[in-house]
Amino acid sequence: MSWFNREEKNIKTQTTEKKETPDGLWYQCPSCKYVMTTREHKVNHSVCSSCGHHERISAADYFAVLFDDNTFTELDANMSSGDPLTFTDSKAYPKRIVATQANTGLKDALRTAHGKMNGIEITVSCMDFSFIGGSMGSVVGEKIARGIDNAIKMQTPFIMISRSGGARMQEAGYSLMQMAKTSARLALLAEAKLPYISLMTDPTTGGVSASYAMLGDFNVAEPNALIGFAGPRVIRETIGKDLPKGFQTSEYLLDHGFLDFIVKRTEVKTKFTQLLSMLKP
Amino acid sequence: MLLDFEQPIADFESKLNSFKELNAKNLENQAIQQAINTFEQELIKLKKETFENLTRWQRVQLSRHPERPYTLDYLENICEEFIEIHGDRNFADDPAMIGGFGTIEGQTVMFIGQQKGRNTKQRQYRNFGMANPEGYRKALRLMKMAEKFDKPVVCLIDTPGAFPGIEAEERGQAEAIARNIRDMFMLKVPVICIIIGEGASGGALGIAIGDKVLMLENTWYSVISPESCSSILWRSWEYKEQAAQALKPTAKDMLGFGLIDGIIPEPLGGAHTNPKETFDTVKKVIIDELTKLSAASPQERILNRIEKFGKMGVFVE
Ligand SMILES: [Zn+2]
Repeated sequence: MSWFNREEKNIKTQTTEKKETPDGLWYQCPSCKYVMTTREHKVNHSVCSSCGHHERISAADYFAVLFDDNTFTELDANMSSGDPLTFTDSKAYPKRIVATQANTGLKDALRTAHGKMNGIEITVSCMDFSFIGGSMGSVVGEKIARGIDNAIKMQTPFIMISRSGGARMQEAGYSLMQMAKTSARLALLAEAKLPYISLMTDPTTGGVSASYAMLGDFNVAEPNALIGFAGPRVIRETIGKDLPKGFQTSEYLLDHGFLDFIVKRTEVKTKFTQLLSMLKP
Repeated sequence: MLLDFEQPIADFESKLNSFKELNAKNLENQAIQQAINTFEQELIKLKKETFENLTRWQRVQLSRHPERPYTLDYLENICEEFIEIHGDRNFADDPAMIGGFGTIEGQTVMFIGQQKGRNTKQRQYRNFGMANPEGYRKALRLMKMAEKFDKPVVCLIDTPGAFPGIEAEERGQAEAIARNIRDMFMLKVPVICIIIGEGASGGALGIAIGDKVLMLENTWYSVISPESCSSILWRSWEYKEQAAQALKPTAKDMLGFGLIDGIIPEPLGGAHTNPKETFDTVKKVIIDELTKLSAASPQERILNRIEKFGKMGVFVE
Protein backbone atom coordinates (compact mmCIF):
# COMPACT_ATOMS: atom_id res chain seq x y z
CA MET A 1 0.00 0.00 0.00
CA SER A 2 1.26 3.40 -0.90
CA TRP A 3 0.75 4.98 2.52
CA PHE A 4 3.05 2.43 4.08
CA ASN A 5 5.89 3.11 1.61
CA ARG A 6 5.69 6.81 2.18
CA GLU A 7 5.94 6.30 5.86
CA GLU A 8 8.97 4.11 5.41
CA LYS A 9 10.70 6.93 3.58
CA ASN A 10 10.07 9.20 6.54
CA ILE A 11 11.59 6.69 8.88
CA LYS A 12 14.71 6.33 6.70
CA THR A 13 15.60 9.96 7.18
CA GLN A 14 15.27 9.61 10.90
CA THR A 15 17.47 6.52 10.96
CA THR A 16 20.18 8.21 8.92
CA GLU A 17 20.41 10.83 11.62
CA LYS A 18 20.47 8.19 14.33
CA LYS A 19 23.48 6.42 12.74
CA GLU A 20 25.73 9.07 14.20
CA THR A 21 24.77 7.83 17.67
CA PRO A 22 25.40 4.07 17.72
CA ASP A 23 23.46 3.66 20.99
CA GLY A 24 20.28 4.56 19.17
CA LEU A 25 20.81 1.84 16.57
CA TRP A 26 19.43 -1.06 18.55
CA TYR A 27 16.21 -1.65 20.41
CA GLN A 28 15.77 -4.45 22.89
CA CYS A 29 12.20 -5.55 23.57
CA PRO A 30 11.50 -5.28 27.33
CA SER A 31 9.07 -8.18 27.07
CA CYS A 32 10.97 -10.88 25.15
CA LYS A 33 14.47 -9.35 25.06
CA TYR A 34 14.56 -9.70 21.26
CA VAL A 35 16.99 -7.23 19.72
CA MET A 36 16.10 -5.39 16.55
CA THR A 37 17.34 -2.26 14.85
CA THR A 38 15.75 0.99 15.91
CA ARG A 39 14.71 1.42 12.31
CA GLU A 40 12.93 -1.93 12.20
CA HIS A 41 11.19 -1.06 15.49
CA LYS A 42 10.15 2.37 14.21
CA VAL A 43 8.90 1.06 10.88
CA ASN A 44 6.89 -1.42 12.89
CA HIS A 45 5.32 1.48 14.85
CA SER A 46 7.21 0.50 18.04
CA VAL A 47 5.80 -3.02 18.02
CA CYS A 48 8.24 -5.87 18.71
CA SER A 49 8.56 -7.98 15.56
CA SER A 50 9.20 -11.08 17.64
CA CYS A 51 6.54 -11.10 20.39
CA GLY A 52 4.27 -8.26 19.31
CA HIS A 53 4.87 -6.18 22.45
CA HIS A 54 3.36 -2.73 21.89
CA GLU A 55 5.58 -0.05 23.34
CA ARG A 56 3.79 3.05 24.64
CA ILE A 57 3.99 5.73 21.98
CA SER A 58 3.20 9.43 21.91
CA ALA A 59 0.33 11.26 20.26
CA ALA A 60 2.84 12.47 17.65
CA ASP A 61 3.77 8.84 16.88
CA TYR A 62 0.12 7.88 16.63
CA PHE A 63 -0.62 10.74 14.27
CA ALA A 64 2.17 9.32 12.10
CA VAL A 65 0.47 5.92 12.24
CA LEU A 66 -2.90 7.28 11.12
CA PHE A 67 -2.52 10.37 8.94
CA ASP A 68 -1.50 10.14 5.28
CA ASP A 69 2.06 11.45 4.82
CA ASN A 70 1.96 12.35 8.51
CA THR A 71 0.12 15.47 7.40
CA PHE A 72 -2.49 16.94 9.73
CA THR A 73 -3.80 20.17 11.22
CA GLU A 74 -3.49 20.34 14.96
CA LEU A 75 -6.32 21.94 16.96
CA ASP A 76 -5.98 23.94 20.19
CA ALA A 77 -2.24 23.25 20.24
CA ASN A 78 -1.52 25.96 22.80
CA MET A 79 -4.15 25.16 25.39
CA SER A 80 -2.59 24.80 28.79
CA SER A 81 -3.74 24.06 32.31
CA GLY A 82 -4.95 26.61 34.86
CA ASP A 83 -4.72 26.11 38.61
CA PRO A 84 -8.27 26.68 39.86
CA LEU A 85 -7.68 25.02 43.23
CA THR A 86 -4.19 26.43 43.91
CA PHE A 87 -3.34 22.78 44.49
CA THR A 88 -0.12 21.86 46.26
CA ASP A 89 1.11 18.44 47.25
CA SER A 90 4.89 17.89 47.21
CA LYS A 91 4.99 20.56 44.50
CA ALA A 92 2.69 23.42 43.53
CA TYR A 93 0.55 22.33 40.56
CA PRO A 94 1.60 25.18 38.21
CA LYS A 95 5.25 24.29 38.87
CA ARG A 96 4.52 20.65 38.12
CA ILE A 97 2.86 21.68 34.85
CA VAL A 98 5.74 23.93 33.79
CA ALA A 99 8.33 21.28 34.67
CA THR A 100 6.40 18.59 32.79
CA GLN A 101 5.99 20.86 29.79
CA ALA A 102 9.75 21.46 29.75
CA ASN A 103 10.54 17.73 30.10
CA THR A 104 8.10 16.49 27.50
CA GLY A 105 7.81 19.36 25.05
CA LEU A 106 4.04 18.89 25.37
CA LYS A 107 1.41 21.38 26.58
CA ASP A 108 -0.78 18.78 28.24
CA ALA A 109 -1.77 15.12 28.10
CA LEU A 110 -3.73 15.20 24.84
CA ARG A 111 -3.42 16.44 21.27
CA THR A 112 -6.17 16.78 18.69
CA ALA A 113 -5.70 16.87 14.94
CA HIS A 114 -7.68 16.49 11.77
CA GLY A 115 -6.47 15.27 8.43
CA LYS A 116 -6.80 12.37 6.02
CA MET A 117 -6.49 8.66 6.70
CA ASN A 118 -6.22 6.85 3.37
CA GLY A 119 -8.15 9.77 1.94
CA ILE A 120 -10.91 9.75 4.58
CA GLU A 121 -11.22 12.98 6.60
CA ILE A 122 -10.94 12.16 10.31
CA THR A 123 -10.65 14.01 13.62
CA VAL A 124 -8.38 12.35 16.16
CA SER A 125 -7.69 13.08 19.82
CA CYS A 126 -4.78 11.16 21.29
CA MET A 127 -3.44 11.08 24.82
CA ASP A 128 0.19 11.41 25.86
CA PHE A 129 1.02 9.20 28.82
CA SER A 130 4.32 10.97 29.45
CA PHE A 131 2.39 14.05 30.62
CA ILE A 132 1.49 13.28 34.28
CA GLY A 133 0.43 9.74 33.45
CA GLY A 134 -1.92 10.90 30.72
CA SER A 135 -4.15 12.29 33.44
CA MET A 136 -7.39 13.99 32.47
CA GLY A 137 -7.91 17.56 33.64
CA SER A 138 -9.66 20.56 32.12
CA VAL A 139 -7.35 20.75 29.11
CA VAL A 140 -7.88 17.11 28.15
CA GLY A 141 -11.65 17.44 28.58
CA GLU A 142 -11.94 20.71 26.69
CA LYS A 143 -9.74 19.54 23.82
CA ILE A 144 -11.79 16.36 23.40
CA ALA A 145 -15.01 18.41 23.51
CA ARG A 146 -13.68 20.74 20.82
CA GLY A 147 -12.36 17.80 18.82
CA ILE A 148 -15.89 16.38 18.78
CA ASP A 149 -17.26 19.81 17.83
CA ASN A 150 -14.79 19.82 14.94
CA ALA A 151 -15.94 16.35 13.86
CA ILE A 152 -19.56 17.54 13.88
CA LYS A 153 -18.75 20.77 12.05
CA MET A 154 -16.64 19.05 9.38
CA GLN A 155 -18.82 15.92 9.36
CA THR A 156 -15.90 13.60 10.01
CA PRO A 157 -15.70 10.45 12.12
CA PHE A 158 -14.08 10.93 15.53
CA ILE A 159 -11.26 8.69 16.72
CA MET A 160 -10.20 8.81 20.37
CA ILE A 161 -6.96 7.14 21.40
CA SER A 162 -6.85 6.76 25.19
CA ARG A 163 -3.76 6.12 27.28
CA SER A 164 -4.33 7.34 30.81
CA GLY A 165 -4.31 6.40 34.46
CA GLY A 166 -7.52 8.43 34.94
CA ALA A 167 -8.52 11.83 36.23
CA ARG A 168 -5.95 14.41 37.32
CA MET A 169 -6.20 14.78 41.08
CA GLN A 170 -4.71 18.27 41.09
CA GLU A 171 -7.86 19.56 39.38
CA ALA A 172 -10.16 17.57 41.68
CA GLY A 173 -13.82 18.46 40.99
CA TYR A 174 -12.95 20.02 37.64
CA SER A 175 -11.31 16.75 36.50
CA LEU A 176 -14.39 14.80 37.51
CA MET A 177 -16.63 17.06 35.45
CA GLN A 178 -14.53 16.44 32.33
CA MET A 179 -16.08 12.97 32.31
CA ALA A 180 -19.46 14.68 32.07
CA LYS A 181 -18.39 17.29 29.53
CA THR A 182 -16.87 14.77 27.10
CA SER A 183 -19.75 12.31 27.45
CA ALA A 184 -22.25 15.08 26.72
CA ARG A 185 -20.45 15.95 23.51
CA LEU A 186 -20.38 12.29 22.51
CA ALA A 187 -24.15 12.24 22.92
CA LEU A 188 -24.29 15.09 20.37
CA LEU A 189 -21.89 13.24 18.06
CA ALA A 190 -24.18 10.22 18.21
CA GLU A 191 -27.20 12.44 17.38
CA ALA A 192 -25.25 13.66 14.35
CA LYS A 193 -24.84 9.99 13.35
CA LEU A 194 -21.09 10.30 12.96
CA PRO A 195 -18.95 7.25 13.77
CA TYR A 196 -16.93 7.24 16.97
CA ILE A 197 -14.06 4.79 17.31
CA SER A 198 -12.53 4.57 20.79
CA LEU A 199 -9.11 2.94 20.72
CA MET A 200 -7.88 1.97 24.16
CA THR A 201 -4.16 1.53 24.63
CA ASP A 202 -2.05 0.60 27.64
CA PRO A 203 -3.21 1.77 30.16
CA THR A 204 -6.82 3.04 30.06
CA THR A 205 -8.27 3.21 33.56
CA GLY A 206 -10.26 5.32 36.02
CA GLY A 207 -12.30 8.30 34.92
CA VAL A 208 -11.12 7.96 31.33
CA SER A 209 -12.44 4.41 30.97
CA ALA A 210 -15.62 5.38 32.84
CA SER A 211 -16.42 8.09 30.31
CA TYR A 212 -15.33 8.67 26.71
CA ALA A 213 -13.13 5.56 26.32
CA MET A 214 -16.05 3.17 26.82
CA LEU A 215 -18.57 5.13 24.75
CA GLY A 216 -17.41 4.25 21.25
CA ASP A 217 -19.68 2.93 18.56
CA PHE A 218 -16.61 0.75 18.36
CA ASN A 219 -14.67 0.08 21.53
CA VAL A 220 -11.40 -1.41 20.39
CA ALA A 221 -8.00 -1.92 21.95
CA GLU A 222 -4.39 -2.68 21.22
CA PRO A 223 -3.31 -6.17 22.32
CA ASN A 224 -2.48 -6.78 25.98
CA ALA A 225 -3.40 -3.27 27.18
CA LEU A 226 -4.48 -2.74 30.79
CA ILE A 227 -8.09 -1.55 30.70
CA GLY A 228 -10.40 -1.16 33.67
CA PHE A 229 -12.28 1.12 36.03
CA ALA A 230 -10.32 0.51 39.23
CA GLY A 231 -6.59 -0.06 39.06
CA PRO A 232 -5.31 -3.56 39.92
CA ARG A 233 -3.63 -2.33 43.14
CA VAL A 234 -6.86 -0.82 44.48
CA ILE A 235 -8.82 -3.98 43.69
CA ARG A 236 -6.18 -6.20 45.32
CA GLU A 237 -6.24 -4.03 48.46
CA THR A 238 -10.06 -3.95 48.59
CA ILE A 239 -10.71 -7.65 48.21
CA GLY A 240 -7.46 -8.89 49.76
CA LYS A 241 -6.99 -11.51 47.08
CA ASP A 242 -4.64 -12.01 44.17
CA LEU A 243 -6.07 -11.13 40.80
CA PRO A 244 -6.62 -13.78 38.14
CA LYS A 245 -4.03 -14.07 35.39
CA GLY A 246 -4.74 -11.84 32.44
CA PHE A 247 -7.28 -9.81 34.45
CA GLN A 248 -8.14 -6.41 32.89
CA THR A 249 -6.20 -7.07 29.69
CA SER A 250 -7.65 -6.30 26.27
CA GLU A 251 -8.14 -10.03 25.72
CA TYR A 252 -10.05 -10.32 29.02
CA LEU A 253 -12.35 -7.46 28.05
CA LEU A 254 -12.94 -8.99 24.63
CA ASP A 255 -13.87 -12.29 26.30
CA HIS A 256 -16.32 -10.52 28.59
CA GLY A 257 -18.02 -8.65 25.78
CA PHE A 258 -16.70 -5.13 26.33
CA LEU A 259 -14.55 -4.79 23.21
CA ASP A 260 -15.60 -4.98 19.58
CA PHE A 261 -12.19 -6.22 18.51
CA ILE A 262 -8.49 -6.08 19.28
CA VAL A 263 -6.27 -4.51 16.68
CA LYS A 264 -2.49 -4.50 16.32
CA ARG A 265 -0.99 -1.07 15.91
CA THR A 266 0.50 -2.11 12.59
CA GLU A 267 -3.01 -2.85 11.34
CA VAL A 268 -4.92 0.04 12.90
CA LYS A 269 -4.87 2.27 9.86
CA THR A 270 -6.02 -0.43 7.46
CA LYS A 271 -8.72 -1.70 9.80
CA PHE A 272 -10.11 1.74 10.65
CA THR A 273 -10.10 2.66 6.97
CA GLN A 274 -12.05 -0.50 6.11
CA LEU A 275 -14.53 0.09 8.88
CA LEU A 276 -15.15 3.77 8.14
CA SER A 277 -15.42 3.04 4.41
CA MET A 278 -18.22 0.58 5.15
CA LEU A 279 -20.06 3.21 7.14
CA LYS A 280 -19.97 5.87 4.46
CA PRO A 281 -23.46 7.13 3.75
CA MET B 1 -21.61 8.35 68.23
CA LEU B 2 -19.85 11.69 68.61
CA LEU B 3 -17.21 13.21 66.38
CA ASP B 4 -14.41 14.96 68.28
CA PHE B 5 -15.73 18.43 67.46
CA GLU B 6 -19.22 17.40 68.56
CA GLN B 7 -17.98 16.50 72.06
CA PRO B 8 -17.84 20.03 73.58
CA ILE B 9 -21.36 20.68 72.31
CA ALA B 10 -22.64 17.40 73.77
CA ASP B 11 -21.01 18.23 77.13
CA PHE B 12 -22.69 21.61 77.07
CA GLU B 13 -26.04 20.06 76.18
CA SER B 14 -25.89 17.56 79.05
CA LYS B 15 -25.07 20.39 81.48
CA LEU B 16 -28.04 22.33 80.17
CA ASN B 17 -30.26 19.29 80.53
CA SER B 18 -29.29 18.80 84.16
CA PHE B 19 -30.27 22.42 84.82
CA LYS B 20 -33.57 21.80 83.08
CA GLU B 21 -34.22 18.78 85.31
CA LEU B 22 -33.37 20.84 88.33
CA ASN B 23 -35.74 23.52 87.16
CA ALA B 24 -38.55 21.03 86.75
CA LYS B 25 -38.17 20.04 90.40
CA ASN B 26 -37.93 23.63 91.67
CA LEU B 27 -40.79 25.33 89.91
CA GLU B 28 -40.39 29.03 89.18
CA ASN B 29 -36.87 29.34 90.48
CA GLN B 30 -35.79 32.52 88.76
CA ALA B 31 -32.07 32.00 89.19
CA ILE B 32 -32.15 28.57 87.54
CA GLN B 33 -34.39 29.84 84.75
CA GLN B 34 -31.98 32.68 84.08
CA ALA B 35 -29.04 30.29 83.99
CA ILE B 36 -30.91 28.11 81.52
CA ASN B 37 -31.60 31.07 79.26
CA THR B 38 -27.96 32.09 79.30
CA PHE B 39 -26.84 28.52 78.69
CA GLU B 40 -29.20 28.17 75.76
CA GLN B 41 -27.84 31.28 74.12
CA GLU B 42 -24.29 30.15 74.78
CA LEU B 43 -25.08 26.77 73.25
CA ILE B 44 -26.38 28.32 70.04
CA LYS B 45 -23.29 30.50 69.91
CA LEU B 46 -20.99 27.52 70.44
CA LYS B 47 -22.79 25.49 67.79
CA LYS B 48 -22.62 28.36 65.31
CA GLU B 49 -18.94 28.94 65.99
CA THR B 50 -18.15 25.24 65.66
CA PHE B 51 -20.14 24.56 62.53
CA GLU B 52 -19.32 27.74 60.67
CA ASN B 53 -15.61 27.07 61.15
CA LEU B 54 -15.40 23.38 60.40
CA THR B 55 -12.35 22.32 58.43
CA ARG B 56 -12.91 20.53 55.16
CA TRP B 57 -11.90 17.25 56.75
CA GLN B 58 -14.45 17.77 59.54
CA ARG B 59 -17.17 18.25 56.92
CA VAL B 60 -16.06 15.01 55.29
CA GLN B 61 -16.45 13.36 58.69
CA LEU B 62 -19.95 14.82 59.06
CA SER B 63 -20.89 13.54 55.59
CA ARG B 64 -20.08 10.04 56.87
CA HIS B 65 -21.68 10.40 60.28
CA PRO B 66 -23.14 6.97 61.14
CA GLU B 67 -26.43 8.59 62.20
CA ARG B 68 -26.77 10.69 59.06
CA PRO B 69 -29.98 10.09 57.07
CA TYR B 70 -29.53 7.73 54.11
CA THR B 71 -31.47 7.52 50.86
CA LEU B 72 -34.28 5.26 52.14
CA ASP B 73 -34.71 7.52 55.21
CA TYR B 74 -35.43 10.41 52.87
CA LEU B 75 -37.87 8.39 50.81
CA GLU B 76 -39.72 7.12 53.88
CA ASN B 77 -40.09 10.64 55.15
CA ILE B 78 -40.74 12.77 52.10
CA CYS B 79 -42.88 10.44 49.98
CA GLU B 80 -46.52 9.76 50.71
CA GLU B 81 -46.11 6.48 48.85
CA PHE B 82 -43.07 4.64 47.52
CA ILE B 83 -42.77 1.47 45.49
CA GLU B 84 -39.28 0.08 45.24
CA ILE B 85 -38.31 -1.40 41.89
CA HIS B 86 -35.52 -3.94 41.70
CA GLY B 87 -33.10 -5.38 39.20
CA ASP B 88 -31.25 -4.43 36.06
CA ARG B 89 -33.13 -7.03 33.91
CA ASN B 90 -29.77 -8.45 33.00
CA PHE B 91 -27.76 -9.83 35.86
CA ALA B 92 -28.95 -9.04 39.38
CA ASP B 93 -30.47 -6.61 41.81
CA ASP B 94 -27.89 -4.38 43.48
CA PRO B 95 -28.84 -3.50 47.07
CA ALA B 96 -26.26 -0.68 47.04
CA MET B 97 -28.38 1.20 44.47
CA ILE B 98 -32.07 1.53 45.14
CA GLY B 99 -34.87 3.11 43.16
CA GLY B 100 -38.55 3.32 42.56
CA PHE B 101 -41.58 5.51 41.99
CA GLY B 102 -42.70 7.68 44.86
CA THR B 103 -45.19 10.47 45.29
CA ILE B 104 -44.31 13.81 46.74
CA GLU B 105 -47.29 16.10 47.33
CA GLY B 106 -49.23 13.98 44.90
CA GLN B 107 -46.64 14.22 42.13
CA THR B 108 -45.00 10.98 40.94
CA VAL B 109 -41.22 11.05 40.89
CA MET B 110 -38.62 8.39 40.08
CA PHE B 111 -36.20 8.28 42.99
CA ILE B 112 -32.79 6.65 42.62
CA GLY B 113 -29.90 6.60 45.07
CA GLN B 114 -27.06 4.71 46.63
CA GLN B 115 -27.96 3.09 49.93
CA LYS B 116 -25.65 2.60 52.89
CA GLY B 117 -26.30 0.26 55.79
CA ARG B 118 -26.82 1.23 59.41
CA ASN B 119 -25.31 -1.80 61.21
CA THR B 120 -22.59 -4.30 60.31
CA LYS B 121 -24.97 -6.74 58.65
CA GLN B 122 -26.77 -4.02 56.68
CA ARG B 123 -23.53 -2.37 55.73
CA GLN B 124 -22.34 -5.62 54.16
CA TYR B 125 -25.70 -6.17 52.46
CA ARG B 126 -25.57 -2.66 51.01
CA ASN B 127 -21.87 -3.07 50.19
CA PHE B 128 -21.16 0.22 52.02
CA GLY B 129 -23.06 2.11 49.32
CA MET B 130 -20.62 0.98 46.62
CA ALA B 131 -22.65 -0.06 43.60
CA ASN B 132 -21.71 -2.72 41.08
CA PRO B 133 -22.36 -2.36 37.34
CA GLU B 134 -25.83 -3.86 37.74
CA GLY B 135 -26.62 -1.00 40.14
CA TYR B 136 -25.76 1.60 37.52
CA ARG B 137 -27.67 -0.38 34.90
CA LYS B 138 -30.70 -0.60 37.16
CA ALA B 139 -30.49 3.15 37.70
CA LEU B 140 -30.46 3.81 33.96
CA ARG B 141 -33.32 1.38 33.38
CA LEU B 142 -35.41 3.27 35.92
CA MET B 143 -34.50 6.65 34.46
CA LYS B 144 -35.60 5.51 31.00
CA MET B 145 -38.81 4.17 32.47
CA ALA B 146 -39.41 7.54 34.12
CA GLU B 147 -38.83 9.19 30.76
CA LYS B 148 -41.32 6.85 29.12
CA PHE B 149 -44.03 7.84 31.59
CA ASP B 150 -42.97 11.48 31.63
CA LYS B 151 -42.07 11.52 35.33
CA PRO B 152 -39.15 13.55 36.71
CA VAL B 153 -36.05 11.87 38.15
CA VAL B 154 -34.51 12.70 41.53
CA CYS B 155 -31.15 11.10 42.37
CA LEU B 156 -29.82 11.03 45.90
CA ILE B 157 -26.07 10.51 45.89
CA ASP B 158 -24.23 8.95 48.81
CA THR B 159 -21.31 6.71 47.92
CA PRO B 160 -17.64 6.24 48.83
CA GLY B 161 -17.20 5.13 45.21
CA ALA B 162 -18.25 2.52 42.68
CA PHE B 163 -17.17 -0.91 43.90
CA PRO B 164 -13.63 -1.86 42.89
CA GLY B 165 -13.86 -5.67 42.64
CA ILE B 166 -13.08 -8.48 40.24
CA GLU B 167 -16.72 -9.14 39.33
CA ALA B 168 -17.41 -5.42 38.96
CA GLU B 169 -14.63 -5.21 36.37
CA GLU B 170 -15.74 -8.44 34.74
CA ARG B 171 -19.23 -7.01 34.25
CA GLY B 172 -18.01 -3.65 32.95
CA GLN B 173 -18.07 -1.10 35.77
CA ALA B 174 -16.45 1.52 33.53
CA GLU B 175 -18.88 0.94 30.69
CA ALA B 176 -21.90 1.05 32.98
CA ILE B 177 -20.91 4.39 34.52
CA ALA B 178 -19.90 5.91 31.18
CA ARG B 179 -23.23 4.96 29.59
CA ASN B 180 -25.20 6.45 32.47
CA ILE B 181 -23.31 9.73 32.26
CA ARG B 182 -23.90 10.06 28.53
CA ASP B 183 -27.52 8.92 28.53
CA MET B 184 -28.53 11.13 31.46
CA PHE B 185 -27.72 14.14 29.30
CA MET B 186 -30.41 13.12 26.85
CA LEU B 187 -33.22 12.39 29.32
CA LYS B 188 -36.31 14.35 28.30
CA VAL B 189 -37.65 14.64 31.83
CA PRO B 190 -36.36 16.99 34.57
CA VAL B 191 -33.47 15.55 36.59
CA ILE B 192 -32.47 16.75 40.05
CA CYS B 193 -29.36 15.35 41.74
CA ILE B 194 -28.69 15.89 45.42
CA ILE B 195 -25.48 14.88 47.20
CA ILE B 196 -26.81 13.80 50.60
CA GLY B 197 -23.55 12.34 51.98
CA GLU B 198 -20.49 11.31 50.05
CA GLY B 199 -20.01 12.05 46.37
CA ALA B 200 -16.96 10.05 45.41
CA SER B 201 -15.79 10.27 41.86
CA GLY B 202 -17.26 8.35 38.92
CA GLY B 203 -19.34 6.25 41.28
CA ALA B 204 -21.24 9.41 42.23
CA LEU B 205 -21.23 10.99 38.77
CA GLY B 206 -22.83 7.86 37.33
CA ILE B 207 -26.16 9.10 38.73
CA ALA B 208 -25.34 12.80 39.04
CA ILE B 209 -25.95 14.44 35.66
CA GLY B 210 -28.85 16.77 36.29
CA ASP B 211 -30.61 20.01 35.45
CA LYS B 212 -29.97 20.91 39.07
CA VAL B 213 -27.08 19.42 41.00
CA LEU B 214 -27.30 20.35 44.66
CA MET B 215 -25.25 19.48 47.71
CA LEU B 216 -26.38 19.33 51.30
CA GLU B 217 -24.27 21.66 53.41
CA ASN B 218 -22.10 19.02 55.09
CA THR B 219 -21.27 16.74 52.18
CA TRP B 220 -18.32 16.31 49.85
CA TYR B 221 -18.04 15.72 46.13
CA SER B 222 -14.79 15.22 44.28
CA VAL B 223 -12.72 13.08 41.98
CA ILE B 224 -11.21 11.05 44.82
CA SER B 225 -11.60 10.64 48.58
CA PRO B 226 -9.16 12.56 50.79
CA GLU B 227 -7.75 9.24 52.05
CA SER B 228 -7.04 7.84 48.59
CA CYS B 229 -5.65 11.17 47.45
CA SER B 230 -3.35 11.16 50.47
CA SER B 231 -2.15 7.64 49.71
CA ILE B 232 -1.35 8.50 46.11
CA LEU B 233 0.09 12.01 46.34
CA TRP B 234 1.63 11.83 49.83
CA ARG B 235 2.26 8.08 49.67
CA SER B 236 0.64 7.60 53.08
CA TRP B 237 -2.89 7.47 54.48
CA GLU B 238 -1.90 9.98 57.18
CA TYR B 239 -2.34 13.17 55.15
CA LYS B 240 -6.12 13.02 54.75
CA GLU B 241 -6.63 16.44 56.36
CA GLN B 242 -4.16 18.05 53.95
CA ALA B 243 -5.68 16.14 51.06
CA ALA B 244 -9.16 17.38 52.02
CA GLN B 245 -7.85 20.94 52.16
CA ALA B 246 -6.20 20.55 48.76
CA LEU B 247 -9.15 18.87 47.02
CA LYS B 248 -11.62 21.55 48.15
CA PRO B 249 -14.54 19.11 47.98
CA THR B 250 -17.13 20.80 50.21
CA ALA B 251 -20.45 22.20 49.07
CA LYS B 252 -19.18 25.75 49.49
CA ASP B 253 -16.04 24.96 47.45
CA MET B 254 -17.95 23.23 44.69
CA LEU B 255 -20.50 26.04 44.42
CA GLY B 256 -17.66 28.57 44.32
CA PHE B 257 -16.14 26.69 41.39
CA GLY B 258 -19.47 26.64 39.58
CA LEU B 259 -19.43 22.84 39.57
CA ILE B 260 -22.77 22.53 41.36
CA ASP B 261 -25.93 24.65 41.25
CA GLY B 262 -26.69 25.18 44.91
CA ILE B 263 -26.35 24.25 48.56
CA ILE B 264 -29.16 22.90 50.72
CA PRO B 265 -28.71 24.13 54.29
CA GLU B 266 -28.67 21.59 57.11
CA PRO B 267 -29.89 22.09 60.67
CA LEU B 268 -27.28 23.64 62.92
CA GLY B 269 -25.15 20.67 64.03
CA GLY B 270 -25.69 18.66 60.86
CA ALA B 271 -28.47 16.64 59.21
CA HIS B 272 -28.33 13.86 61.80
CA THR B 273 -29.11 16.21 64.69
CA ASN B 274 -32.52 17.04 63.25
CA PRO B 275 -33.50 14.60 60.50
CA LYS B 276 -37.08 15.88 60.32
CA GLU B 277 -35.96 19.42 59.55
CA THR B 278 -33.58 18.00 56.93
CA PHE B 279 -36.34 15.96 55.25
CA ASP B 280 -38.66 18.99 55.21
CA THR B 281 -35.99 21.20 53.65
CA VAL B 282 -35.08 18.63 50.99
CA LYS B 283 -38.74 17.99 50.19
CA LYS B 284 -39.39 21.69 49.71
CA VAL B 285 -36.31 22.06 47.49
CA ILE B 286 -37.39 19.14 45.30
CA ILE B 287 -40.90 20.54 44.87
CA ASP B 288 -39.65 24.07 44.13
CA GLU B 289 -37.00 22.94 41.66
CA LEU B 290 -39.37 20.59 39.85
CA THR B 291 -41.87 23.41 39.43
CA LYS B 292 -39.18 25.64 37.93
CA LEU B 293 -37.77 22.93 35.67
CA SER B 294 -41.19 21.92 34.38
CA ALA B 295 -41.54 25.36 32.84
CA ALA B 296 -38.85 24.57 30.26
CA SER B 297 -39.28 22.25 27.28
CA PRO B 298 -37.41 18.91 27.19
CA GLN B 299 -35.19 20.25 24.42
CA GLU B 300 -34.32 23.37 26.43
CA ARG B 301 -33.50 21.29 29.48
CA ILE B 302 -31.24 18.95 27.51
CA LEU B 303 -29.37 21.81 25.83
CA ASN B 304 -28.95 23.68 29.13
CA ARG B 305 -27.70 20.50 30.78
CA ILE B 306 -25.10 19.91 28.06
CA GLU B 307 -24.08 23.57 28.04
CA LYS B 308 -23.75 23.75 31.83
CA PHE B 309 -21.32 20.84 32.07
CA GLY B 310 -19.62 22.04 28.88
CA LYS B 311 -18.52 25.22 30.64
CA MET B 312 -16.79 23.37 33.46
CA GLY B 313 -13.03 23.64 33.23
CA VAL B 314 -10.21 26.13 33.70
CA PHE B 315 -7.46 26.50 31.12
CA VAL B 316 -5.42 29.12 29.31
CA GLU B 317 -4.97 29.51 25.55
ZN1 LIG C 1 9.25 -8.72 22.13
